[in-house]
Amino acid sequence: MAGEADTTIEVLPAVSHIPRWLAVSLRFARQRPLGAAGAAIIIIMALAASLADVIAPFDPLKTDYARMFQPPGANHWFGTDAFGRDVLSRIIYGSRTALLVGFSSSFFSATLGAILGVGSAYFGGRTDLITQRLMDVLLSFPLIVLALAVVAILGSGIMNVILAITIPMIPRCALVVRSTALSLRRTPFVDAARALGFGHARIIFRHMLPNVMAPYLIMLTAFQGQAILLEASLSFLGLGVAEPTAAWGLMLRGAAVEFAERAPWMAIFPGVAISLSVFAFNLLGDSLRDALDPKLRVS
Amino acid sequence: MPSLLEVRELKTYLTTSQGVVKAVDGISFDVREGETVALVGESGCGKTMSALSIMRLIPRPQASIVGGEIRFQGRDLLKLGEEEMRRIRGAEIAMIFQEPMTSLNPVLSIGRQITETVEAHHPLSKEEARSRALELLQLVGISDPAQRLAEYPHQFSGGMRQRVMIAIALSCRPKLILADEPTTALDVTIQAQLLELMRDLSRRFGVALVIITHNLGVVARYADRVNVMYAGKIIESGTATEIYRAPRHPYTMGLLRSVPRLDQPRKSKLEPIEGQPPDLWNLPAGCSFAPRCRFVVEKCAQEAPPLRQVEDSHHSACWVAETLTQ
Repeated sequence: MAGEADTTIEVLPAVSHIPRWLAVSLRFARQRPLGAAGAAIIIIMALAASLADVIAPFDPLKTDYARMFQPPGANHWFGTDAFGRDVLSRIIYGSRTALLVGFSSSFFSATLGAILGVGSAYFGGRTDLITQRLMDVLLSFPLIVLALAVVAILGSGIMNVILAITIPMIPRCALVVRSTALSLRRTPFVDAARALGFGHARIIFRHMLPNVMAPYLIMLTAFQGQAILLEASLSFLGLGVAEPTAAWGLMLRGAAVEFAERAPWMAIFPGVAISLSVFAFNLLGDSLRDALDPKLRVS
Repeated sequence: MPSLLEVRELKTYLTTSQGVVKAVDGISFDVREGETVALVGESGCGKTMSALSIMRLIPRPQASIVGGEIRFQGRDLLKLGEEEMRRIRGAEIAMIFQEPMTSLNPVLSIGRQITETVEAHHPLSKEEARSRALELLQLVGISDPAQRLAEYPHQFSGGMRQRVMIAIALSCRPKLILADEPTTALDVTIQAQLLELMRDLSRRFGVALVIITHNLGVVARYADRVNVMYAGKIIESGTATEIYRAPRHPYTMGLLRSVPRLDQPRKSKLEPIEGQPPDLWNLPAGCSFAPRCRFVVEKCAQEAPPLRQVEDSHHSACWVAETLTQ
């Protein structure tokens, strides 16, 4: 008997040895291969961004006028640009800018949007009405136009770009979260929380917000792709990140346009990087949406 | 015994698109310390709205308390500020809701939900709050409480969830618990267990209990005193014994006759109350029950009968209360 008990004890930890997060990710990868592919691209991007100093073959800022417009080859895999800078290195360093802007602006906009959405649904009445009309005003402008307006007011620079992307995206998240929170507001546990004497802040932050995690996470991923695209657009228009910082949108402008026929690699590779990352985030976002909340399908 | 809660002429009206509904129309009742009082009546008679009025949690802006007093330990709750009222909710008056399946937050662990309540009202450390939660789960008869603290509501059955709700209600040692149909959504066997539990705990801690129910069986077994409501008014009140032995209002009599009893022959038919539940938008001028009443007299259609004494503590709002016989 004692021997049997021992084996059971030994077997049990072995069975549950796979950490839960890993088991969950493996199941996600099996059920949604497209989402997993997106996640893989994002992971590669994140690795490239964090290890840029190690893996980039050249200094992204170092100009070399002897090696201008070099086509892709053994030395410069993706060729060089009009200043003789290595395109591959600039793309690797550019992923830092893309991820920094993408992550921080989608994080701030989704978080603020979620708080606004839940608060608006919780208080209802006039608060809800005023918040929603404000959101409607912001929503009536196309994303890029509003971002342009914010940059025009605040000036360019990485912090302002983050802010410029955050502001127009807040109402998009607030809207989705509010619709989830509205049905949540009518569930008895919110009334029960009121009956227990909890304050408004406690109910909103500790009881309702955890319940809107599914739409929040979906928004967070879906916004990343949009934010990266928006950052690239702003940089392309010369309103985003300023030279000589490596940024994908920046690499597409200036000389890349001028010499598009003679040195197409200058535009092709950053273009591919932008499309691929946006594509990856959208794939992951869609799969997450299906996996987390089948009810939430925003058309 | 001193009164813990005195409700006087409470009026809560609802404004709807079809007009104003007098959901609670001037009710008065007392709850003494440690006793169990039942509010009985059919759906829509204003039971829940009365409880929500006491908690000051009526749905705004549709509902509003237009008059009356709710004195709790001598203080008029209707005159308190929102912040003072918030400190009373949960700490001094707790409420248990009808639906155990949805009254708990689905994404927070059971332990967390109990400690939240304790922490919201008392400055306790994490360990103290946890041991408090553990003790409370034990108290409401949940086995293996240490493990269950970490579990989530979906891992609990309906009866277990209602036990957790009772634990949460008791967590701050309130003086009064309002239980709104606490067992309606549960199996009959579980209902009895839970009511026993609530009675035991209320006796043990000296908590007064207001049970809101439509189930007269519940009332008979567990309530000390009963208030029968019809169309927003209390139409009969008294001790449980008085009401059961000799009901003095045709509506109460009808309710009692429509419940199967063990002391009646098995073949005897149940008698339903004739007619439709009252149309709350167009109540008759006199007694609201008159259109369905078998004992109706001329006066009923002209003037609403006041609640008046018929025996020691037995009150009835019927013009012919004295002459009513089974």
